[in-house]
Amino acid sequence: MKTDKSAWLVLAAWLLLMAFPFEAAAHIAGGQATGFWTGLEHPWSGLDHIVAMVAVGLWGAQLGMPALWVLPVVFPMLMSVGAMLGLLGIPVPGVEVGIAVSAVALGIMVLGEVRPGMVVAMLVVGFFAIFHGHAHGTELPAGQSGLLYSMGFILGTGCLHGVGILIGLVHYYPLGKGLLRLTGGCIAVMGLFFLWHAVT
Amino acid sequence: MLWPGTATAHLVTTGMGPVYDGIGHLLLTPEDIIPVVALALFGGMRGAESCRKLLMIVPLCWLLGGITGFGGTNIPDFPVQAGSLLLIGLLVAGDVRLPVPVTVGIAGLFGLLHGFMNGVTLNNELEPLGLLGITIALIVIITIVSALVVSIAEGWKRVAVRVGGSWVAASGLLMFGWYLKGA
Repeated sequence: MKTDKSAWLVLAAWLLLMAFPFEAAAHIAGGQATGFWTGLEHPWSGLDHIVAMVAVGLWGAQLGMPALWVLPVVFPMLMSVGAMLGLLGIPVPGVEVGIAVSAVALGIMVLGEVRPGMVVAMLVVGFFAIFHGHAHGTELPAGQSGLLYSMGFILGTGCLHGVGILIGLVHYYPLGKGLLRLTGGCIAVMGLFFLWHAVT
Repeated sequence: MLWPGTATAHLVTTGMGPVYDGIGHLLLTPEDIIPVVALALFGGMRGAESCRKLLMIVPLCWLLGGITGFGGTNIPDFPVQAGSLLLIGLLVAGDVRLPVPVTVGIAGLFGLLHGFMNGVTLNNELEPLGLLGITIALIVIITIVSALVVSIAEGWKRVAVRVGGSWVAASGLLMFGWYLKGA
């Protein structure tokens, strides 16, 4: 068992280190040396994105298994679809409004401890993920490309969901339930602010 | 590998000969190693029998593809790496239960395509013996990763593997976007 754990740790450390090649200027991996960092930072670049992604984690934690991990899986997948549309220049109407509404909707879900069926929850999260992805796709900096950027981008999103899940674990304590719902309310209010900002 | 500093060579040069250069190349090329790890994860999720077959078929096909690629000059006009990441990532994320022959078929095709691309790319950069190093590294990685996953029955560890798979698939999808954009 000890060996098993050590092997997992070594594997994780190696994959992590491989993601930080520093100033590698090799031709084959050209242009990607700083891609992982840029990709990792990108999902953290806007508060509207951050609160919505954290809200996904909060809601997942509130809903419990399997939503706890299914929602944070659905979001990056559909966000990639949105990013692809953005990269290709395919328009998605009302992206900024969609992002703001996502914070409002997900905040309300957490505030009201809404428990729809698994499929409905996936559809809600997936629908809003497309707006977030599209915004990121159109904003992707010139000169960045390749796997490392993509991995960083997805990992950055996953970390935000992870933060949400960790915070959401307070749900399993009596006082925490109320606090979590209050956090959802705050996110919804922030979403309303973003919405007001988007339409004015 | 911890702090490689400024690598200015075309490929990884370990200074210990082409076999080690090949090992270094695979270990430090995310486009190759991440799909390989993902495939090993998938093999592990499908059980020991699949792992054993993967362990034989992937290095063999990679080697064959590489040898073929050494004679080639053009890589396929298709984002093979993005396709591999997407397909294998989805298989891992979905914990898809494919029949063993289908798993082996996918693994074989994967090995041939990646090996071929390695062969073409390395044509002027690495001695043919480097391909042997890549093959050795493949065997070791697939063995270690798939063995780790085989031992996982259910629970959060399996969920973590599936989440990892979904991230790999999402990255593949994004890479398709880059490819279609022509970046």
